[in-house]
Amino acid sequence: MDYLDYVQMTKGQRFAYRIKSFFTGIPGAIKKFFAIVGAIVKKIFLGLGHFFQNYGGRFVKGDIGTKLSYVIMGAGSMLHGQIMKGLIFLATEVAYIYFMITFGSYYLARIYNSNMILLTTTKTAQGYEQWGTGALGKEVAVHHTGTFGSELKNPDTYDDSNKVLLFFVLTCIVTIAFIAVYIANTKSAYASQQLKREGKKPLNFLQEMKTFLDERFHVTLLTLPIVLLITFNILPIIFTIFMAFTNYDEKHQPPANLYQWVGVKNFADVFYSNPMKSETFGKILIWTLIWAVFATFTNYIFGIILALLINKKGIKAKGFWRTMFVVTAAVPQFVTLLVMKLMLDDKGAVNSLLTSVGIPAVPFLTNATWARITVIVVNMWVGIPYTMLITSGLLMNIPEDLYESARIDGANAVQQFTKITFPYILFVTTPYLITTFVGNINNFNVIYFLTGGGPAVSEYYRAGKTDLLVTWLYKLTVDTKDYNLAAVIGIMVFIICAIGSLIAFNMSKASKNEEEFS
Amino acid sequence: MTNTNDSMKTGYAQKRKAINTIVYIILSVMVVIWIVPIIWLILQSFNTEMGVTTKFFPSSFTFDHYIALFTDEQYPYGKWILNTFMVAALSCVISTLFILMVSYALSRLRFKVRKTFLNLGLILGMFPGFMSMAATYNIMDIFGLKQQLFALVIVYSAGAGLGYQVAKGFFDTIPRSLDEAAKIDGATRNQIFWQIILPLSKPIIVYTALTTFTGPWADYIFVSYFMKDNESNWTVALGLYKMLDKEAISTHFTTFCAGAVLIAIPITILFIIMQRFYVEGVTGGAVKG
Repeated sequence: MDYLDYVQMTKGQRFAYRIKSFFTGIPGAIKKFFAIVGAIVKKIFLGLGHFFQNYGGRFVKGDIGTKLSYVIMGAGSMLHGQIMKGLIFLATEVAYIYFMITFGSYYLARIYNSNMILLTTTKTAQGYEQWGTGALGKEVAVHHTGTFGSELKNPDTYDDSNKVLLFFVLTCIVTIAFIAVYIANTKSAYASQQLKREGKKPLNFLQEMKTFLDERFHVTLLTLPIVLLITFNILPIIFTIFMAFTNYDEKHQPPANLYQWVGVKNFADVFYSNPMKSETFGKILIWTLIWAVFATFTNYIFGIILALLINKKGIKAKGFWRTMFVVTAAVPQFVTLLVMKLMLDDKGAVNSLLTSVGIPAVPFLTNATWARITVIVVNMWVGIPYTMLITSGLLMNIPEDLYESARIDGANAVQQFTKITFPYILFVTTPYLITTFVGNINNFNVIYFLTGGGPAVSEYYRAGKTDLLVTWLYKLTVDTKDYNLAAVIGIMVFIICAIGSLIAFNMSKASKNEEEFS
Repeated sequence: MTNTNDSMKTGYAQKRKAINTIVYIILSVMVVIWIVPIIWLILQSFNTEMGVTTKFFPSSFTFDHYIALFTDEQYPYGKWILNTFMVAALSCVISTLFILMVSYALSRLRFKVRKTFLNLGLILGMFPGFMSMAATYNIMDIFGLKQQLFALVIVYSAGAGLGYQVAKGFFDTIPRSLDEAAKIDGATRNQIFWQIILPLSKPIIVYTALTTFTGPWADYIFVSYFMKDNESNWTVALGLYKMLDKEAISTHFTTFCAGAVLIAIPITILFIIMQRFYVEGVTGGAVKG
């Protein structure tokens, strides 16, 4: 179908077409998701190819100093007259080797094994015997058959699995950082060699330092944030992703009970092999998506309506009305939500009001269906002021001459809204809509403070009827310590958000071509 | 269409007046719905009864709960406020600095890994924020920061580098010719950042400082996991939540209300003053896509 067909359709057909194209867009977006992943992998390999080409090329063309710095870091810099820089490179190499010998190799060796300890296998008369080397080189018999899986209960002789996994990731990151410095070293040696050949003097140390305030100012600005980001954000995320492949649950809490690699068992559990977990996951996933759609669009639509009402011509005291709603948005969410929870309690203020006028009490938070409706309605209470605040500003930005020409053409108020106001707001707020949708998939506060995920049901695995994936994740982490399952759910939420953002991004690109506002 | 011109006009005016009246009624009803829970909270904080009441208006008023907040040894509200303030203030300073540094570098400077970093920010942002909480806790343990307030500061500000979008959008709007003129005059990029760009960026500095302050101020998730049983290091959000526990609620509900009112006041005032920046922050980024 091309644009002409689309224009000739009636409104209903267009709407149906939009809905259809949204759902038909889902497989495309999933395909695109994997295509992007593939493209990233391809890019990485291409980059690696280039890298080795340059790496080898510099070695071939290099003089003795450059060649030497491929083994002894900083040698090239020192021979070319950059003593201080060379010493720093050399010190880095020494520090890295020391780190690997005393620390890194220990954990690298242990990560291979499913028990995260170092195993040596010897042949005995009865068959195989395996020896585990725990902390301090102490040797202990582990298994006699060569199959893994039985739990280890010997805290004195083994390393905490957490430490092994964490320090393994740390060692990997340090190694990557070291490789980066090593490459910089060969590049710098080659660069100074070329400068010397051209008869120029390489920068001395002080001059080099000065470039960090000018040409290389981005290094100065980004180093500290990136180091902290890696240590306290990326490292934990990688650690958590690894957890998804272990049996780190409430029964395996190191150091008393070590955990082991279990492969993709946790993912299999969540999808099909464990009926309870897979049912819980499936149902919570569906509810999360329903919730996200309702929460996003109710807030969006009613927020815009409220903004239109307040900004309507002839309405006085606009500032007063706006402030009244903004006040509720400004109060910290955990306060307002806890207040709502108390008011909507079975014996709370709302129910006592209802019974006093003769209406039977409503189980707002204790009946599954009611609780689901309640969280969506209360979420409107929380979110509408935000949307109103944001769209108010946008409404005032719509060029007045658009309305004027529409009025001259005889458009009535409804037509003005559907033809001008709404397309304009939709156009400007599409990115906002996407972020709110992703935000609602991750909306912890409303659910946790209002219902705590409840009402809990026995057929769910440690979750309740209003639990979202993220609140389930939180409960599994904090209350039951099923870290492996929590990690699997975190990864699934990531994938859902990524695919959702891609669909929305594609759709918004399409609508940008259609409506020409900007 | 038999009406004369005049009566059409008055008819139109009447219709408009009627519509406006309806709008006023709708708005008033909505304001009541939105404001009632807040008023209920404030009223209950002065209620002489201690537990949850079902009545809207208290039968008698007292100021005792506000005093109890600072004298109750079981729930040391004053200590919580101090903890919260220290954590929020320190995170705010570090995060603001980081965000400004990163967004300036990504907006004004051109270097090799710039695109990579932009994409990385997008990808990391899609992981649920507290998914790696348990891992972070382990790392803090190794650094000797288990159940320490400083661990919270690190958690809140370490990821700040990823919150560059809004500030970057702002920096993008400052004309590049300013940088170029300064460069011709011999200024380094370092000097341009501190002496030219930052003084022009007051709104965005204020906005960044505010969001990075209010975030930790109202956070419950990380505190609840990191400080579990170390009551002296609780912050207000966790402390107030615990006041509503089954065993505490019958004696501490009104104290909870008083505490909630106290911490809501500064945040509410800040937000109302700063709502313009908030809107600009959200939509400014949105318009550029």
